[in-house]
Amino acid sequence: MSIKHVILLFFTVAFLSCVEDYHLTKIKGKRIEINNEINGDKSIEEFVKPFRENVNKNLDSVISFALQTYSKSDGEYNTAIGNLMADAVFEEANPLFNKQTGQNIDFVILNHGGIRSIIPKGNITTRTAYKVMPFENSTVVVSLKGTQINEMLKYLSMAKRAHPLSKQVHITLDKDFQVTSASINNQPIDADRTYYVATNDYLYNGGDRMSFFHPNDSLYVLDYKIRNVLIDYFKKRDTISPKIDNRFIQLNN
Amino acid sequence: MMNRRKFIQNSSAATTLFGLGGLGLSSFDNKKQKKITILHTNDVHSHIDPFGPNDGRNANKGGVARRATLVESIRQENPNTLLFDAGDIFQGTPYFNYYGGELEFKLMSMLKYDLATIGNHDFDNGIDGLYAQLPHADFEFVSANYDFSNTIMDTHVKPYKTFIRDGIKIGVFGLGIKLDGLVEKRMYKETAYNDPVGIAQDMSRILKTEQNCDLVICLSHIGYYYKKFPEKVSDLNLAKATKDIDLIIGGHTHTFLPKPTIEKNSAGKNVLVNQVGAYGLYLGQVDFFFEEGKNIKAEGTTIIV
Repeated sequence: MSIKHVILLFFTVAFLSCVEDYHLTKIKGKRIEINNEINGDKSIEEFVKPFRENVNKNLDSVISFALQTYSKSDGEYNTAIGNLMADAVFEEANPLFNKQTGQNIDFVILNHGGIRSIIPKGNITTRTAYKVMPFENSTVVVSLKGTQINEMLKYLSMAKRAHPLSKQVHITLDKDFQVTSASINNQPIDADRTYYVATNDYLYNGGDRMSFFHPNDSLYVLDYKIRNVLIDYFKKRDTISPKIDNRFIQLNN
Repeated sequence: MMNRRKFIQNSSAATTLFGLGGLGLSSFDNKKQKKITILHTNDVHSHIDPFGPNDGRNANKGGVARRATLVESIRQENPNTLLFDAGDIFQGTPYFNYYGGELEFKLMSMLKYDLATIGNHDFDNGIDGLYAQLPHADFEFVSANYDFSNTIMDTHVKPYKTFIRDGIKIGVFGLGIKLDGLVEKRMYKETAYNDPVGIAQDMSRILKTEQNCDLVICLSHIGYYYKKFPEKVSDLNLAKATKDIDLIIGGHTHTFLPKPTIEKNSAGKNVLVNQVGAYGLYLGQVDFFFEEGKNIKAEGTTIIV
């Protein structure tokens, strides 16, 4: 044990105790680290084992196949894995959003830091989705005015990172990181229009300093975890082969 | 307020200070002692297996089977032990995604948990999802500020529970965090949230003066303290705004306290506030020692943390 701090205090208290003869004289508090110096209880281990095996079997079940290894470090302003994630959110979440609201998602933005693992070449399992997206972040759709989209462009031009965007977005930066062209569904950004932007609840709440989600007109919570989006997307495809494209690029002249 | 803590650098000095505190040591030696041990976890978040060797700062820590061994050895040492959890039992590993909390409750039952409160993540499969797992829990839930009367959980959650161990009466009440803005309404449905401070004042009065409890413990999931929102209700603010609570066992903020915090309550008396981070990496232990004796005034209580 480390050094103990002793704190003394003076009570002037009559304990209204149901046990008249006993009163509290001393309190000792500490925490105990649970580490590998403690042997696990055998009956608990035995009990958990079949659950663990079943979960692992499920997690390791093959749901798709990756033609290549996809990493978030492959690509300057857009990456194959980021493009896949943003496009997957669009494809899987839009039907749900459309059913709820009668509207369509205009585009998806996620964050580069939210891609937590590579997708390695070969079999894709449910576990792959858990590794890429271990967090419980869920899909939300925010209705944003065009002015806020312009704030987003400012953010993206300054962030200089391959934040995942879905294929409806095209942004070009010049060598000085100024936005030279930007379009959504091949239309220039209209400051007065309302856009339905899908993202996750973490970013909506200001994660990665994405403050452009506020103010907004409304928020639609889809209760659809990003991880489940990926699982559903993979299950619908025998193989995946996402590509780096020109949705977000910098021109050096 | 001022000079509220006196630190002495080793435990042997405690005895000396005890003498200064009130009663002389002469009345100490012959007395019978009772000891109540409170063990607690919070925000275990479905962490059943230990972290692996490559899991960064959590490497090789945690694991429910090891926790079982530890709890059992403490119970062997002191049968008058209670084991509590301060909520967010659910969500965090695929075990929850696959089994909806069944395994968590079954394991807590095997570890003979005595009581738990409800965290915001325990609504992650909706209030119906929580209700569906109740048959797997051999322990009860307390929450004094969630009003479940218009929900399926009605009558399944009590405001408080009392225990008698070795003749010592222990009253434990639960507190939950404001769900609005944290959990979707359609998940918690008609669960009503009441102000934790007012409720805690009522509860501590009931437990101390009506139920005549020797110990009053608050099992809280309202969070330890919010630095950016110092006025927000939290365990530290609750400790200051109430009286007659001996120990607040907290959760929600995943605060890894190396040792319990000592706070002054509204009557100037000490309250212990403890929280052991998250994921079952630590077990909190607070021992309460009771001495026999008729002189119950001007008594000194030594706190060693």
